[in-house]
Amino acid sequence: MNKSATRALIPLGIFIALAALLFYGLGLNPREIPSPLIGKPAPDFALASLKDPGRTLTRKDLLGKVSLVNVWASWCPSCRQEHAELMRIARANADIQVIGFNWKDTRPEALQMLQRFGDPYAEILYDPDNEVGIDWGVYGAPETFVVDGEGIIRHKRIGPIDQQVWESEILPVIERYSAKKS
Amino acid sequence: MMRPTIPALAIAGLLAGALTLGTAQAYTLEEFTFEDPARTDEFRDLIGQLRCLVCQNESLAGSQASVAQDLRKEVYRMMQDGQSTDEVVDFLVERYGDFVLYEPPIKPSTYVLWFGPFLFLGFGAFLLLRTLQRKKEEPEQDLSEAEQERLRRLLAKTGNQQD
Repeated sequence: MNKSATRALIPLGIFIALAALLFYGLGLNPREIPSPLIGKPAPDFALASLKDPGRTLTRKDLLGKVSLVNVWASWCPSCRQEHAELMRIARANADIQVIGFNWKDTRPEALQMLQRFGDPYAEILYDPDNEVGIDWGVYGAPETFVVDGEGIIRHKRIGPIDQQVWESEILPVIERYSAKKS
Repeated sequence: MMRPTIPALAIAGLLAGALTLGTAQAYTLEEFTFEDPARTDEFRDLIGQLRCLVCQNESLAGSQASVAQDLRKEVYRMMQDGQSTDEVVDFLVERYGDFVLYEPPIKPSTYVLWFGPFLFLGFGAFLLLRTLQRKKEEPEQDLSEAEQERLRRLLAKTGNQQD
């Protein structure tokens, strides 16, 4: 190929590269905002337990094993959608604890939803006024944090969890940080 | 003009009812005032520069999302406590990331964003200048003796035909 023909291909190359970049951008989800908290200690908190109003839960309750901290509310349709999967995860994985983070909800409505659809949570933090939610950078429900045994946030899932998300996105993170301990 | 009939009025009433039911809660900025009016202005400026994470094309000032209201309250509380706008911005960025800022900060990961356009502009200008320079350096070659002769012949010929 002679030189000028090669040179004529340069704009085409640039165009294809740009088109590929923009096409890739189309596939990204603008709702998924990366959390700056990944790799940092989970923010401290003191919240009442949803199930046992007299008890206060703190960050210490997350330590010891890998926790799946699931932000949910009874008003959130996607939370209902992922509920069955959380039930399955909690049943099948005794080595992790599924912690509920009941967010901007009311106690009776939240408890009613658990009564109707089952309760996958070992403990549930009750944050009706978004006091701790802001510290955790929560901006919607459902969101799910993977917190390792030392209390470091390792992953944040924005949106509902289904089997595919569990297997490809969350389980590998859990395995990495459970393996490190043993 | 015809007077509105009773059924039409009823329908209008129903529509208005449905619309007001749809917006269960509306938030205003009225509740956020400071004793110092300058501080109130500062507050309004600040929430205008912060992005609502739920409705991403709205600022914290304009969004009716309930999370936006929570964040407005938090910003208000912090400013009431005497914290500066920078401190409030740091607080939010620490939790939600740079995304809460409408104007991304200048740092290595955003260099392309901030300086990329100038880079492209410079590259374009360079290409343009180079092309123009080349044109100047190599003026179109004059016709050779033989070509001149041929041109004269051709012109003479067509001239004859037109006559």
